[in-house]
Amino acid sequence: MFEKALVGSRRYWLWVSALLVLIAIGAIFYLRQLTYGLGVTGLSRDVTWGLYISQFTFFVGVAASAVMVVLPYYLHDYKQFGKITILGELLAVAAVTMCMLFIFVDMGQPARVMNVLLHPTPHSMMFWDMISLNGYLLLNGVIAFATLSSEKKGIATPHWVKPFIYLSIPWAVSIHTVTAFLYSGLASRPFWMTAVLAPRFLASAFASGPALLILLILVLRRTTGYDPGETALGKLKTIMTYAATISVFFVLMELFTAFYSGIPEHREHFEFLYVGLDGQNGLVPWMWISTILMVAALAMLYSQRAGKKILAASCVCIFISLWIEKGMGLIIGGLIPSALGIVTKYQPTMPEWGIVIGIWSIGTLMVTVFYKITVGVRSIS
Amino acid sequence: MTITRKQFLKFAAASLVGAAGAKLVSGAEVVKQAAASKNGKRWAMAVDFQKCRWDQGCNQCSAACNRAHNVPDIPDKAHEVKWIWKEKYQTVFRQQSEVVNPALTSHPLSLLCNHCSSPACTKVCPTGATWKQEDGVVMMDWHRCIGCRYCMAACPYGSRSFNFVDPRPYVANINPDFPTRTKGVVEKCNFCNERLAKGQIPACVEGCSERALTFGDQNDPASEIRRVLASRYAIQRQPELGTGPSVYYLI
Repeated sequence: MFEKALVGSRRYWLWVSALLVLIAIGAIFYLRQLTYGLGVTGLSRDVTWGLYISQFTFFVGVAASAVMVVLPYYLHDYKQFGKITILGELLAVAAVTMCMLFIFVDMGQPARVMNVLLHPTPHSMMFWDMISLNGYLLLNGVIAFATLSSEKKGIATPHWVKPFIYLSIPWAVSIHTVTAFLYSGLASRPFWMTAVLAPRFLASAFASGPALLILLILVLRRTTGYDPGETALGKLKTIMTYAATISVFFVLMELFTAFYSGIPEHREHFEFLYVGLDGQNGLVPWMWISTILMVAALAMLYSQRAGKKILAASCVCIFISLWIEKGMGLIIGGLIPSALGIVTKYQPTMPEWGIVIGIWSIGTLMVTVFYKITVGVRSIS
Repeated sequence: MTITRKQFLKFAAASLVGAAGAKLVSGAEVVKQAAASKNGKRWAMAVDFQKCRWDQGCNQCSAACNRAHNVPDIPDKAHEVKWIWKEKYQTVFRQQSEVVNPALTSHPLSLLCNHCSSPACTKVCPTGATWKQEDGVVMMDWHRCIGCRYCMAACPYGSRSFNFVDPRPYVANINPDFPTRTKGVVEKCNFCNERLAKGQIPACVEGCSERALTFGDQNDPASEIRRVLASRYAIQRQPELGTGPSVYYLI
């Protein structure tokens, strides 16, 4: 089956080589971080988590969003998703792998990573996050492999896969809920300590994940002719639209609670993000770009104007908007001001971006290879 | 004897239940120990607003601590490592910054780990590299810490530091009786656990010639700390979070 990824056009190999170069650059930057320490990043005593943990959080959402294609297909027997369910599952495998890599590069002592297993601590949410992420990776890996390999052999998917598929549905919800619990259980961080964090995570995940999936399908259709059909795309678009709307609603709820109550520790984080605080306003333009993109996307989606270009544009808007909001604002904004109320500047450094781009490239390479195999297998059958 | 698959599965399930049960029982043991420690020691400290001379450039407490514990002096503020240090009143008591008496609010104060009775940091640690001892001291294992910095996110008091770089070049005179740390681990005040074990008081308390720091067993009604806390008005940092800080500030 994997041999299908080893034959391809010139364009395919060019793309794979470009990704490999970016991965190599990321690896070189990581080696520097490994020898010098996390001092190569823009992190500090006050802003202890940054781009790595933000990206981890965002991609847990992308991974969890696979449930939006798995659930209709398997639970409601929605046949139109026949061609995209596998794509969703494979995207989840790549996204979870990226999440693990983001956690790994954030560790000060990566060689000791096995201590999490040697000294299991059920009172730590990070322990449960490790279990849920690993479990989800395993589930989706097994499901996708079993589905594709039986398709290749021209036989029906074995029955033993079914329980795993059903388990993967609540499991997808759990990975993002536990990820939210990492933050929402901290009494020291009022910006995160909100019961709506897990629902908000899920809502933004079910918008950003399908947005990425639609874009990937559009690319796949252009480059390989693999077409899941307009109905499937339309349904994904509907899911994305409502999830994005709910996500915006949750953000507005947060803003009301913070500003109407007026409690400084709750308010200041939003002020830092949207207008700047104590002269620090590095994230302000980003947050407003995110807001404008979201408004534009929702306007396009609700205007009922059809067309692939509009669909693609709204997906790009939603993905970038939520990438900024969750992949930057949510984690950095939670740590500024610090627990002592101190506003410290955080600016990701070049090595930090290099490592992040390296991990994105690993994820992209995985998706490329997985989708190449899928299209290869399906074009025979 | 041959084992059928069914028998094997039964046996495996039974062992699993047994192991889980044993874990629960040992959990109950921990609860019992915690109850017992109520009758044992609980170390606490009081910082006297009126005697402290940080405002006059005094830094005896932090100098004594840094010498004793090989705390590095890193010039880059982002990478600083601090065990006991000064911060302005408005930072230490962020929620109570509009106190009328300017003699209080203009005075910088000592900050250190609060050695909470229910620490937020130990709960989140994914490896058990930080924990609370029976005597209330919150300890760290620098060989087990994976450097995830979850404890730093959880601590409401900003008491923890991370070694962003190798700290050893920044220690002027290494004290051979205390370990140095490596890059990539978290560290903080240990209430001089190594000195308490020898019956000594913490280095900062000993180093303060103004006697602004009082240290002792909070569970001993005859101790000096209890006497001070009974006679003076004392406040804790953010007690509403339920962490139960063991460091008090005497107004």
